[in-house]
Amino acid sequence: MILFDSVTKLYASQTRPALDDVSLEIEKGEFIFLVGPSGSGKSTFLRLVLREERPTSGQVWVLGKELNRLSNWKIPAMRRQIGTVFQDFRLLPNKTVFENVAFALEVIGKPSSHIKRVVPEVLEVVGLEGKEQRRPDELSGGEQQRVAIARAFVNRPLLLIADEPTGNLDPGTSIGIMKLLDRINKLGTTVVMSTHDAQIVDQMRRRVIELSGGHLVRDQSRGVYGYSR
Amino acid sequence: MRATFVASEVGGGLRRNLTMTLAVIITVAVSLGLFGASLLVRAQVGTMKDFWYDKVEVSIFLCGKGSDTPSCSGGEVTEAQREQIKADLEALRPLVEDIYYESKTEAFERFKEQFKNSPIVNSVSENALPESFRVKLSDPTKYDVVASAFAGRPGVDQVNDQRVILDKFFRLLGGLQLIALLIAIVMLIVTVLLIVNTMRVAAFSRRRETSIMRLVGASNFYIQLPFLLEAALAAGVGGLAAIVALILMKGILIDQVLAPSFQFTAFVGWEAVATIAPIVFLTGVVLAGLAAFFTLRKYLRV
Repeated sequence: MILFDSVTKLYASQTRPALDDVSLEIEKGEFIFLVGPSGSGKSTFLRLVLREERPTSGQVWVLGKELNRLSNWKIPAMRRQIGTVFQDFRLLPNKTVFENVAFALEVIGKPSSHIKRVVPEVLEVVGLEGKEQRRPDELSGGEQQRVAIARAFVNRPLLLIADEPTGNLDPGTSIGIMKLLDRINKLGTTVVMSTHDAQIVDQMRRRVIELSGGHLVRDQSRGVYGYSR
Repeated sequence: MRATFVASEVGGGLRRNLTMTLAVIITVAVSLGLFGASLLVRAQVGTMKDFWYDKVEVSIFLCGKGSDTPSCSGGEVTEAQREQIKADLEALRPLVEDIYYESKTEAFERFKEQFKNSPIVNSVSENALPESFRVKLSDPTKYDVVASAFAGRPGVDQVNDQRVILDKFFRLLGGLQLIALLIAIVMLIVTVLLIVNTMRVAAFSRRRETSIMRLVGASNFYIQLPFLLEAALAAGVGGLAAIVALILMKGILIDQVLAPSFQFTAFVGWEAVATIAPIVFLTGVVLAGLAAFFTLRKYLRV
């Protein structure tokens, strides 16, 4: 699903690499927690997977493709198989819940008959049935994140990237979001989630990949958040 | 491809950016209008050249009593000289298309006719005007051939090319056309800069949408298309306004104002407008499209 082979990423303006010789493999169907302090390279890791950045050296394989050799025009097709969720939701404020999810399908040219069928389905999966016509500012943070997850999942992606999805949410709401991500994982989507939330990681007991200063310092199945912080 | 979705994006974008859109439309209209006007002036110069060059003659004035050029030192032109000139002119066919001999009497009649309302007629006697050969050339630009053959030969006072007078006038029109074209080019540059800026603002004001589009895997084409269409649409409206201006120039300025006052010359017809209009329109739309495309490539990267 994802393979990093001696990946180093050095940003032009910095002397210390954001990722330094990282090698790891993530299998299909796994649920991964990506942990580490700010500046440890988590975001760079996710950006490399999405091909928003290219590695300075090494190879990144995602969904069977080596991203360095993937030409620009093929990137959109690759991203259609990857869902993304962010800490700040990134919803369109002037569109309703339904329209926000439908937007992801409209812009890849799906017919409206398809949209009318799958959007209600996915809204049910994330538990937002009956709130189709609300706008984001009429929803709680947790509900907004559910809309974002619905948008990421509506294409039934093989891979879901979640960048601190619970970072803006209170603990109770976070648990709901985690249950939802767990459910999506059980439906067959590989989930890679970066987080600072020790409690969640400790409860879920999934594989934990810890980065520190750009180095891979821990890769542990059924891990906890960490010994030290 | 979902046409309704793209259309609603375009409509929304234009409305959100209404003032900028209007600015683009107006500058496109003005610059293309000037561009079209300069093309129209060029067509007009072409029409007039065709019209006038067809009528211009080379005049070979023969020596009269009062002529004081060196070639007239032998006095008035003799019968033999006149015949020789005529024969030599005939020899120059087919460059020489037509030869017409104008005697002193005829010259005087024509003079009286031309200046019949002027008191100058009374002060000119019948013998004061020189006799001449009026020669029409098949190719008016080959005046030199005739001039070198006849200027300075005994019995010939002067060789005059009417084209010289016309050329001054055409140079003036050409200058006007050049000025209009230069202004049009400057305006087109301004238009391009404005479109670049408009696209930048539009891309920025919709950065949320475009970033989401990128994330969910919309193709570059799909992301950029609404912006491109917006620019092309604004430019198209501006182009149409320029065409309307062009039609007014021809229909009112030329046909109603200029043509009645200058009946001695020909003016461009509607076919010139018909050729210029699509050029003007396409220039606007293509230029706007290219400006938008290159701006978006910079601001809406994958």
